[in-house]
Amino acid sequence: MPNNIPFYLAAAVTLGGAIAAMSLRNLVHCALCAAGAFAGLGAIYLQLGAEFVAAAQVLVYVGAIAMLIVFAILLTRGGKVKLTARQTAPNRFVGFLIVLLVCASLAGSILRSPSLQARTLALPEVTAPAQRIGENLMTAYVLPLETVGLLLTAAMLGAVVLAIREEPEARLRSEPTAQRRQALEEANIS
Amino acid sequence: MSPPSQYLIVSAMLFSVGFAGAALRRNAILVLIGIELMLNAANLNFIAFWRCGAHPEALTGVMFTIFSLAIAAAEAAVGLALIIAVYRHRRTIQLDELESLKG
Amino acid sequence: MQSIIKLLWLIPVLPLAAAGVGALLKRERRRASALLAIGAMTGSLVLSLAAFVATLPPADLPRAVCNFDWLDFGTASLQLGWLLDPLAAVMLVMVSFVSLLIFVYSTGYMASDENFTRFFCFMSLFAAAMLGILIANSLLLLFACWELVGLSSYLLIGFWYQKPAAAAAAKKAFITTRIGDIGLLIGMLWLYARAGTLVFYDRGHGCLEQSALSQLAGQTILGGMTISTAISLLIFCGAAGKSGQVPLHVWLPDAMEGPTPVSALIHAATMVAAGIYLVARVYPLMDGTAALEAVTWVGAITAVFAAAIAVAQNDIKRILAYSTVSQLGYMMMGLGVGGVAVGMFHLITHAFFKALLFLGAGSVIFGCHHEQDIRQMGGLRKLMPLTFAAYAIGMMALCGVPLAFSGFWSKDAILTAARQWSVSSVPFYLGMTGMFLTAFYMTRQMFYVFFGRSNPAARPAPESPAVMTIPLMVLAALAVLAGLLGTPAWPWFDAYLKGGPASVDFSKLVSGRQIAMTLLSATVIATAMAFGVRLYRATAAQAPRPADPLEAKLPFVFACLRRKLFFDEIYDATFVRLNRKFAQLANWMDHAIWGGLVALASKLAVALARRNSAFDERAFNARFDATCDGLKAGGKILTRWQSGQAQRYLRVIGLAFCALLLLMVWGCK
Repeated sequence: MPNNIPFYLAAAVTLGGAIAAMSLRNLVHCALCAAGAFAGLGAIYLQLGAEFVAAAQVLVYVGAIAMLIVFAILLTRGGKVKLTARQTAPNRFVGFLIVLLVCASLAGSILRSPSLQARTLALPEVTAPAQRIGENLMTAYVLPLETVGLLLTAAMLGAVVLAIREEPEARLRSEPTAQRRQALEEANIS
Repeated sequence: MSPPSQYLIVSAMLFSVGFAGAALRRNAILVLIGIELMLNAANLNFIAFWRCGAHPEALTGVMFTIFSLAIAAAEAAVGLALIIAVYRHRRTIQLDELESLKG
Repeated sequence: MQSIIKLLWLIPVLPLAAAGVGALLKRERRRASALLAIGAMTGSLVLSLAAFVATLPPADLPRAVCNFDWLDFGTASLQLGWLLDPLAAVMLVMVSFVSLLIFVYSTGYMASDENFTRFFCFMSLFAAAMLGILIANSLLLLFACWELVGLSSYLLIGFWYQKPAAAAAAKKAFITTRIGDIGLLIGMLWLYARAGTLVFYDRGHGCLEQSALSQLAGQTILGGMTISTAISLLIFCGAAGKSGQVPLHVWLPDAMEGPTPVSALIHAATMVAAGIYLVARVYPLMDGTAALEAVTWVGAITAVFAAAIAVAQNDIKRILAYSTVSQLGYMMMGLGVGGVAVGMFHLITHAFFKALLFLGAGSVIFGCHHEQDIRQMGGLRKLMPLTFAAYAIGMMALCGVPLAFSGFWSKDAILTAARQWSVSSVPFYLGMTGMFLTAFYMTRQMFYVFFGRSNPAARPAPESPAVMTIPLMVLAALAVLAGLLGTPAWPWFDAYLKGGPASVDFSKLVSGRQIAMTLLSATVIATAMAFGVRLYRATAAQAPRPADPLEAKLPFVFACLRRKLFFDEIYDATFVRLNRKFAQLANWMDHAIWGGLVALASKLAVALARRNSAFDERAFNARFDATCDGLKAGGKILTRWQSGQAQRYLRVIGLAFCALLLLMVWGCK
């Protein structure tokens, strides 16, 4: 990549944000740093020439998911969590080792790959116009598009059902109806 | 380092960080953030390979990433709804306390 | 004869069917059972008469046979069937006629008995079996019906089975005849082994036909006796048992425990005649052998023995029973010295007058309210005139009073033949002695029962009802008229049995020999009767009767005779005791040895079961439990992997991912 500096910058923001998101004590700080990481990633996309994806990344991740995470953090505050309490899971040493192992294997496989070494430094100019993307969505990828639409609808409904607060009065109101129905059935039989 | 390798290394690092958070932090929401980071790392992989691979005019990588984005959003929504529901019942979202599926 | 032969099987089957249906009738249906039995017997009588008519000369065949294969096994086969010849025909008529009369008589005699239905069922069964013996075509079928007759006799003797004496008498009858039947069975088996068949007449292959007879007569066995002699002697054993020859006569007097119609039918006219009939039937086998000598001697001895014992008996039926034994001896003697016709003629006449005497005795017993001791009776001549008349006719026929009565002609034929017997004339003298004794004891009986003063304590009823007296009348007529069939002037019976015509020849009647015989018989009988009258007239004047005057004169002889010459006691001390000892031994063996074996086997089985159970517990259950415990422990170990902690799962996934990556990288290399 000819523009090394912007790349290093964006990469530093991304990775730094990610590490911060995973290590900070305050949850809201973690969420905001994550949002920063997402934004850095969007910058990398821009450098790679995927403008639409970059825009979508910022819109969706930073604009929606990060906010959602903040809301969730705020909704699940309180309870028994003290700031002085342990932040990491039990057996963290073993976990860390495993993480290192994963990282090493990934990095190792990338660095040792012969096909990747053989790339040239210069990359051709490629554009990904939104129009082309839209055309693709409507023609070649119409089925995944519709499926994803269905999935999103289901996810939305599911999230609502899972998170909805049950009203105690609503429960009381539903029972007499069931009792009345049963009494009616008995009257019909006799 | 060749251009694709750079991006891939970044993606690998991002993935490891996300995995570290998911594997090491107690709070469920932080685990979710880690998962999002891992997903993002994968997206970066897709875009990198699209750009530096053969037939970039087919826009395959871009399409894949768009769908991955949408699904990640849906998954985050449902996951957080789950966490909220669990919080309502158990008043805690520390993962090491949520072990009722213990055999 | 060919037409009637097809229906001949109905003659025994009709009473058999009556017995079968009668067995299913309820006890209250007395009239139905009586009608059934009498109706079946009438049917048999009609068929028997038809068969008799068909055999009258001129007959188209000397003999008609119907054999059919009943059971095939390989090359041989079991044949059943029937035959019809003059011998069988005349017996059929006699048996069915006498049975019918006695059935009618029984409706009156057994009227007060509550087991009326059972009585007629058994009587029908007996009649069926007896008629079966008469028309059986083979020794095997004859033997089957023979045994059936024995069974019916047992059932009927023990009819009042609640009386221990009756049950014991039935058992005694059955066992004693059984002893004779063993001989018969061995003879039968031997005959089958030698001749290959038991069928009498089978188109030249039968066991009584020439080829078989010559084969049997040709071979000799131990003591120079021919096989036919040996077989004949064995068959005679069976006949001796059934016909009450000495020494197997002991059952007949005891058989009087049964009802009087039973005694009349079975033990006077028919069953005891079955032995005589058997000898007559297998006469071709016996003819010419030494077996006939044995038959004659046994018959003669029996005739005298039984007559002597009868002199000292006090039961009205027992006197008649010994009289029957004596007359059976005469019949055997007749068969031995004179052949089939002589013996069979006496059988026919004896059937009539003995049945008459028994029915008369039954009438007397019925009238005296079932009193059977003659010392308690008396003067019934005036009170029961019809019975007296019939009884007198029967008594005179039995004694053989000359010329008017059938008994004279038949006994005359026997004695004439005995006089001319080549081997010895001792049987003739024994026969004359027997005649003397017969007249003597019958006179004694008449005086005791019918003459003199009547016993006030007995309270005899007036004459018995008509159903009882009418058969008496019929039999009395026959007792006189049957004699006409066998006079020397017109030997119709003899000629009939041989199949040829009979010629009337009055000159034979007045030949010197005949007149001598007649005078001799008359003298003997008159002497005996005079003797009896002299002895017993004074006794008969008192009622109840005092001690027998003969007892005073010959105390020892009289006592022996009254005790039946100690036959029963001797048998009891020897055979019965031996049998009991053997039974005790067998019982001990059964308990100790076989029972011990069984107990041992059971103990072994229990021990084996216990060992199996222990093994089962230790080996299978324990191992199974151990396996289950192992599984549980393994499960406990595995459950440690399920920590319920999501992050641990994630770490494991990471680890697995690394492993996979390593595998793929190094695998591709």
